[in-house]
Amino acid sequence: MSALSELGSLRKQKGQASRSPLEKNDGKYAMFFLGPWLIGLVLITAGPLLASLYLSFTDYDLLSDPEVIGVENYRAMLEDPRLLTSLRVTFTYVFVSVPLQLIAALGLALLLDRGMRGLALYRSVFYLPSLLGGSVAIAILWRQIFGTSGLVNQFLGLFGVDGPGWVSHPDYALDTLIILNVWTFGAPMIIFLAGLRQIPEMYYEAAAIDGATKLRQFWSITIPMLTPIIFFNLVLQFIGAFQSFTPAFVVSGGTGGPADSTLFYTLYLYQQGFTNLDMGYASAMAWLLLAIIAVLTALNFFLSKYWVFYND
Amino acid sequence: MTDLQDAAETFVVAPKRPADRPEPRTGRARSVVKHLVLIAVGVVMLYPLLWMLSSSIKPNDLIFREPGLIPSELDVSNYTVGWDALLHPFSHYLINSAVIVMGSVLGNLISCALAAYAFARLNFKFRTLFFAIMLMSIMLPIHVVIVPQYILFSELGWINTFLPLIVPKFLATDAFFVFLMVQFFRGIPKELDEAARLDGAGHIRIFFRIMLPLSLPALATTAIFTFIWTWNDFFSQLIFLTNPDKYTVPVALRTFVDSTGASSWGSLFAMSIVSLIPVFLVFLFGQKYLVKGIATTGIK
Repeated sequence: MSALSELGSLRKQKGQASRSPLEKNDGKYAMFFLGPWLIGLVLITAGPLLASLYLSFTDYDLLSDPEVIGVENYRAMLEDPRLLTSLRVTFTYVFVSVPLQLIAALGLALLLDRGMRGLALYRSVFYLPSLLGGSVAIAILWRQIFGTSGLVNQFLGLFGVDGPGWVSHPDYALDTLIILNVWTFGAPMIIFLAGLRQIPEMYYEAAAIDGATKLRQFWSITIPMLTPIIFFNLVLQFIGAFQSFTPAFVVSGGTGGPADSTLFYTLYLYQQGFTNLDMGYASAMAWLLLAIIAVLTALNFFLSKYWVFYND
Repeated sequence: MTDLQDAAETFVVAPKRPADRPEPRTGRARSVVKHLVLIAVGVVMLYPLLWMLSSSIKPNDLIFREPGLIPSELDVSNYTVGWDALLHPFSHYLINSAVIVMGSVLGNLISCALAAYAFARLNFKFRTLFFAIMLMSIMLPIHVVIVPQYILFSELGWINTFLPLIVPKFLATDAFFVFLMVQFFRGIPKELDEAARLDGAGHIRIFFRIMLPLSLPALATTAIFTFIWTWNDFFSQLIFLTNPDKYTVPVALRTFVDSTGASSWGSLFAMSIVSLIPVFLVFLFGQKYLVKGIATTGIK
């Protein structure tokens, strides 16, 4: 499915380029159709990608020319306690919130039977937060809900519990952002729904005839058949969660506080690059982020051989 | 991939349970429990949003005392106060956001469709290589390119203009949508363009007269997602727009939080609600395309 599998199947397509006479002018036309994309690739994507690799080996503050300092930025990162904190915060966020989010997504998708009453309404209600979750407005709402006298504590107060100011407490602030990410389970849920509808009904019928219980059917049919979708969602949500920025920025007022407990990696990168104007250091951080995402995605692909089941 | 598209389509239409399969005896109780669970989850999901809406029309002090949804006292002044709380009236920021959104939608529609046609229908040198690069660029984090982009745009004198946010969209940098449209174009029978070619039509005519009219669903999906993403985008707007005249809705809201702190939650909520209305409307009317778009490409 989609970009991931497409990339995997590219090798097979090689060498099929037999040209019909109708296609002899294609090259010229390709310049027209692909022109904007090529310019974008050079100026906006690949060019800046390479430029930031170069900058990561320099000391650069935007005002004077970049000065090459070798691996100094990377060496400094090793000794930067805030960088290590931001890595710890981000890894915690990703590895806690993504599994929880996917479990919620799968659980709800399983409850939504084909053709059940109210299906469209349920689906819309569960999906809406996915569209709003990344906005500043929702981050503002979160800041109030989990504030000292916010909605959550008002509810707890009804039961006589005196809750802390969740967003201002270093032990809980990150949890509120994890909850926010879990709240946006609607998008992966819709992908799961599409996947569930793909499983042939006859598998279940055959299993039922053989006397398999519903639970057995779930573990032996649904889950194996769904593993490619689970894998796809996992890769996608991992990549997305690593780049999360807005909620942490707004909830912490741009600081990553309290006590750096919500210092997301991207937030620290923003502070280094655009507050301290240390563009060299920010570029080195960006490349580390790219490396982490690439390694984790590759690892995911490698491990998928052991648990993802492809039917074809 | 196309199967998934079909699957998405089927569940949009939500086929009825076949009549010849009666519900099992325990089915009724199970179904009631199921609905109760679904409703409970739905309420928990929506409660914060509804509460924000209700809080936006009650006096400030009640926001900290009333966890319920029905305001005991109405106060719509939050909206008028919030509207004028910043340097410019809130409409100024709404217009700025709208300009960027419209430019982005237009840019993505044109540039991504053009690139997609090349990948789907043309045979040219390096096609496989370019296609692979395009696919990989979907996963590229913006943070790896933002610093050199910032340097480039400031050299061009584009900081504090909308150009850094709009021009890249005309260069098909949202590769996501290129991929979406490649998939869609591949599903259009090649016989159609071959017939047109025999009648003397070139690629440009085929693109405008055959591909685009047949691709309205893909174009709609692209437009809707571009709208929502650009409207919600904060990171790049925060970086490229530092002059309050150029602030967009998210950047203005953020300034609002920082300047007022917790003292005026009512008007802050009111403007937050205003900022969510366009996304909500697009969600209401574009749901079909949103669901299909996610199911086929996995975008949010």
